[in-house]
Amino acid sequence: MPVNFTLNGRGVSVEATPMARLLDVLREDLRCTGPKEGCGEGECGACTVLVDGRAVNSCLIPVIQVEGATILTVEGLATDGRLHPVQEAFVRCGAAQCGICTPGFLVTARALLDENPHPSREEAREALAGNLCRCTGYQKIIDAVCEAIVPVGTAGC
Amino acid sequence: MLTCTAPVHQPRSLDEAIACRAIHPFATVLAGGTDIMVYLEAGSLKPSSLLDLWKVDALRGITVQADGVRIGALTTWTDIAREARMPAALRDCARTVGALQIQNRGTVGGNIVNASPAGDSLPMWLVLDAVFEVRSWHGTRRIPAAEFWRGYKRMDLAADELLVGVHVPAVSGDVRYRKVGTRLAQAISKVVLGLRVATVDGLVTEARVAFGSVGPTPARATAVEHALVGRALSPETVDNAVAALQIAPLDDIRSTADYRNDVARRILRAELLALARG
Repeated sequence: MPVNFTLNGRGVSVEATPMARLLDVLREDLRCTGPKEGCGEGECGACTVLVDGRAVNSCLIPVIQVEGATILTVEGLATDGRLHPVQEAFVRCGAAQCGICTPGFLVTARALLDENPHPSREEAREALAGNLCRCTGYQKIIDAVCEAIVPVGTAGC
Repeated sequence: MLTCTAPVHQPRSLDEAIACRAIHPFATVLAGGTDIMVYLEAGSLKPSSLLDLWKVDALRGITVQADGVRIGALTTWTDIAREARMPAALRDCARTVGALQIQNRGTVGGNIVNASPAGDSLPMWLVLDAVFEVRSWHGTRRIPAAEFWRGYKRMDLAADELLVGVHVPAVSGDVRYRKVGTRLAQAISKVVLGLRVATVDGLVTEARVAFGSVGPTPARATAVEHALVGRALSPETVDNAVAALQIAPLDDIRSTADYRNDVARRILRAELLALARG
């Protein structure tokens, strides 16, 4: 069946099996490989994307349920060639090690910062609890999220 | 990638969903998918067809009524956590379901009809005297939470019925929630406790105590409730109430019977003492 949705600001129509996982449709059919498959059961958050602004595990969503939805993946975070502030903060703070969890962390952080631009460390930890980093580089990730949105020139991770 | 190729029925209205259920009583009902999609990918569920309720907006949302609050079955844990009119303990409970990504998709109704003995919210419906609203082509039934779960993964829900909502009456007393798992987030409970105690002039007038993960179904601990009612919430009463607890948990992949026995009593004592301190 054809499924239509908005992906990173662009309307797409894809022919898919209704119960195909959104993750597979994104990666295999649309070649949008930012979302990663880690556990495949909603535990690790590597496949996180935003559906209508909310962070969700794309491995747990049948594509039939995103008909008409607006989806944002890590590929859609930068605008006009400029990184999103949370991406810049990840770079500044060294918040990536092997990198496989990074796309998931970035979009979850984006959803958090859209609602709460200045989260406390505790708020950031709770919001990011569904994203696992096997390199265990959590401190710098939390540093980056908490310092992503600051006045220019005052950042200091 | 084990893509399920079964046909999917996707009603758009509640009437259509009820009619669809009557025609397809053996279809696997799908809501937020946080359990079903895991079973499909693991190959442990091979449905002949699915009934996807996700587009039935009439099943979403929280409405305040004269005698309490009605929660649509498709309401997510994020919706509950953000709803100021909800009991604080139920909002606390919502924030322990998986983590944010799961809370954004997992539904109240899904947790109830998945009927896992470890279901995070299930003791809360018992202590809040919640009533489940189920509907079929023949009409609506209202079933008290305390009568809904009949055995391991068995419940009072006919093949042609859908859980459409939960009514939470305006109840008295302080409500508390406690979940013990391997970590705070993304953990299935080893022991989960719901508690509600109402007092008048220092005496307990009403008590509800319910546990999950310590038996085949979530269940009220009525002997503990009896040990509380009519008494002041003193250290002695708390001792007697804890001593009255009768549970028979099992060893399984998440924990042991011994651990669950110890922890159930410890958290019951801790929460009762916290209530006693006010």
